[in-house]
Amino acid sequence: MQSETATDTVLDVRDLRTYFKLDEHVVKAVDGVSFSIRRGETLGIVGESGSGKSVACLSALGLVPRPPAFHPSGQVLYRGRNLLGLPERQLQNLRGNRLAMIFQDPMTSLNPYLRVSRQLTEVLEVHKSATATEARRAAIAMLERVGIPDAARRIDNYPHQFSGGMRQRVMIAMALLCEPEVLFADEPTTALDVTIQAQILELIAELKHTFGTAVVLITHDLGVVAGTTDRVAVMYAGRIVEEGPTSEVFASPTHPYTLGLLESLPRIDAGPEGELAAIPGLPPDLAHLPSGCPFHPRCSRVLDRCRESYPPQVVLSPTHSAACFDIEVAS
Amino acid sequence: MRGYILRRLLELIPTALIIVTASFALVRLAPGSPFTSEKEIPPQVKAALDAKYGFDKPLPEQFFRYLGNLLRGDLGPSTKYPQRSVNEIIADGFPATLTLGAVALVWALLLGITAGIIGAVRQNTVWDHAAMAAALVGLSIPSFVLGPVLVLVVSLRWHLLPPAGWGDWRHVILPGLTLGTIYAASIARLTRGGMLEVVRSDFIRTARAKGLSERLVIWRHMLKGGLLPVVSYLGPAIASILTGSVVVEKIFNIPGIGPYFVDAAFNRDYFLVMGIVVLYAGFLLVMNLIVDVVYGLLDPRIEYP
Amino acid sequence: MTIHAAPHSVERPTGPDLEPGTSLWQDAWKRLRKNHVAVASGWILLFLAAACLVGPPIVAGTWGYDYETQDLAYGPRPPTWEHPFGTDFYGRDLLTRVLYGGRVSLTVGFLAAAVAATIGTVYGAVSSYAGGNVDSVMMRIVDILYALPYMFLVIILVTILGKNLVLVFLTLGAVGWLLTARVVRGQVMSLKEQDFILAARSLGTRPGSIVFRHLIPNTLGPVIVTFTLTVPAMILQEAFLSFLGLGVQAPRPSLGALINDGASQMLVFWWTLAFPGGVMALMLMALNFLGDGVRDALDPRMKN
Repeated sequence: MQSETATDTVLDVRDLRTYFKLDEHVVKAVDGVSFSIRRGETLGIVGESGSGKSVACLSALGLVPRPPAFHPSGQVLYRGRNLLGLPERQLQNLRGNRLAMIFQDPMTSLNPYLRVSRQLTEVLEVHKSATATEARRAAIAMLERVGIPDAARRIDNYPHQFSGGMRQRVMIAMALLCEPEVLFADEPTTALDVTIQAQILELIAELKHTFGTAVVLITHDLGVVAGTTDRVAVMYAGRIVEEGPTSEVFASPTHPYTLGLLESLPRIDAGPEGELAAIPGLPPDLAHLPSGCPFHPRCSRVLDRCRESYPPQVVLSPTHSAACFDIEVAS
Repeated sequence: MRGYILRRLLELIPTALIIVTASFALVRLAPGSPFTSEKEIPPQVKAALDAKYGFDKPLPEQFFRYLGNLLRGDLGPSTKYPQRSVNEIIADGFPATLTLGAVALVWALLLGITAGIIGAVRQNTVWDHAAMAAALVGLSIPSFVLGPVLVLVVSLRWHLLPPAGWGDWRHVILPGLTLGTIYAASIARLTRGGMLEVVRSDFIRTARAKGLSERLVIWRHMLKGGLLPVVSYLGPAIASILTGSVVVEKIFNIPGIGPYFVDAAFNRDYFLVMGIVVLYAGFLLVMNLIVDVVYGLLDPRIEYP
Repeated sequence: MTIHAAPHSVERPTGPDLEPGTSLWQDAWKRLRKNHVAVASGWILLFLAAACLVGPPIVAGTWGYDYETQDLAYGPRPPTWEHPFGTDFYGRDLLTRVLYGGRVSLTVGFLAAAVAATIGTVYGAVSSYAGGNVDSVMMRIVDILYALPYMFLVIILVTILGKNLVLVFLTLGAVGWLLTARVVRGQVMSLKEQDFILAARSLGTRPGSIVFRHLIPNTLGPVIVTFTLTVPAMILQEAFLSFLGLGVQAPRPSLGALINDGASQMLVFWWTLAFPGGVMALMLMALNFLGDGVRDALDPRMKN
């Protein structure tokens, strides 16, 4: 663990808060989230939709529309520079260049009115001042790299002429053109068929090794997290409730919510008569969050204190922590 | 693509035939005749006139004769202006109408698209609200109010442009503004709506995530999709501008084709009414075809069956 | 229970407009009332309508004016306390004439829009419910009509049928239903595959009953939106006809005809253009702003 020097950390998010104003209500989509990621590492951020995992990443890149969002507070340190304080122009120079992002739905995330070639080459033209021919050559090479057959010809197609899986490959190629240091992947496989999902995840893992990219993988699917991430952060109602090495969290989940998530997964070894445990209740309405710990109405281990204040982070091991009063009592 | 255009051109034939037949029926089955609206004329004179124009023949025969002449490009004689053929009247008037319509359309597109883009890009700012309020106000001022007011202020007070007439470029400005403004208002709203639809779409977020400048995001990624509603509005807009020019031609005393039409409809000048309707319908069918083709060029997802 | 995430759901915090217990119409009404411009336009419109309705008899009762009695000796005079809008070339009180013209405009506008909405709704619903070839033929007809210079058709019809108020709004309505037909068709298209329609069909409900009892009531929102936008268009077209001398006939006034008169005399008698033109513009503005508000309230997604 000595190799974990500060220079290895490419992105350090500290106490990030993104609030939205919707009608009369302030919605705390992200409410004090901290995480960091090192070179070549994959961090999984897992949570239900509405838990704030996507908004956290969009905020880090300055992609949250303002209004309705307020300016995010906290710090997003990339190589020591706080991205939240950067002027738009400097942020533009980093986006798509050092920090790239791919999105959930490859059907809608590519511009339907422009050829794929245009959408790929513009990244290199903007960030690397590449000429049209250079950019085109590099784009074709990258398409081949992500497994698009006949790339030299296909590059002149429009997005609708590709299948869903192929489009996500195009998105990945687009994100990796400048060999970014951090890749945010926002539910990259959710909209795809199961077989394609595996291929895409494998591709991301492979490219990560080649380029040494740090990957932030946002997903609601614990199965995806288990197979592909080094560390995992579980989010609930805008906060990280448990964080640790993936193997450790899966082996010994501590937060009741994490526990509930894992128990609700179907298991092969449980046999057909094994019932799936469901977390009771519904995901919270962010505009009207319960007091104290937002999970308390659904929690089986609720204490009186849970209704009054938010629990502190309980350090379970140097790399594993969870925010829960019940755990605090137990330890 | 070529096959598509060819197919659409072939489709025009039955459409045009229906339009000609329907308007012929409408015009001819109407009570009255070209010669009753004037003073009482002796029966034998009327019979002679009817025979001269062929109105004494059975209607179906007249129809097929009209159709035959039409195919040869002959729109027939005018009963109101016996010394001129319908072709001559149209050749005299249509250029002015077309010029006026083109100026109005260009003005409407320039003003409307600019205002719409400002509204969408600066959504919910003072700029947006000002542009959209202006558009709604513009939508509420009829050309026959705007025209006289413009004449009063620009021509008669400031003496900048001629108040009426036709000749050089200075004559076309005020009528063009008068006719085009209301369409500028519609186009501004459509542009804003179309752009907003695009602004919120995932691929714009992708474009921003790629680190493109705001200028590039707007011009390269938003405009093509955002202007599609405007393109599909152009068909009806051109139709409406052409008919709207009837009033504007009257206000500014422009020797276009509009005043002839009202006149001809009143006087049952059969061939002239038919000629103008057929001309406009044909023109609009072709314009619509062009608009559809342009739409297809802008949106690569449109397939040509 | 697994984690809640539909495959295509985008993370979006639920807002208060998803509160349970309020119906679509209550929600829309709430949104409309929050729109100050629309509310103000509604009041202006109510005021204009009331003025046009009860104004002429009140003016007649107070000062004894009507819209047609001429006073050539008095002639055209600028606004005074006796004649707030001045008098026209023949010495007639312009306020009375403008109010009377406004009454014509509003009547024709609303009735013509109602005719258009009725025809369009039935046409659109039948076309999409029938589907297949019937639908494509019916919609092809709409496409053709849509691109035609239909004011020409109106002009021909008006010259044929005569210039009478009832015929004018019937004619305008009869050619102005195309947009409604398209909107309703689109709406029914998406409705007819929904479960409650399938259920009605599987229970053996007759097609006519499905169209009129189940489909059309569910298109009410978009139809109302289209209606509010059609009213000003119809008013404009009536004025357009009157301006060309094809609308309501003298001595009965209409705003279009008054503007036509005023435009020819505007240099000398400015008020003869200013008041009819101003009232016309105000009326259209109020209708457009209100229509916009109604659209935003009923269907926030249907912008443009």
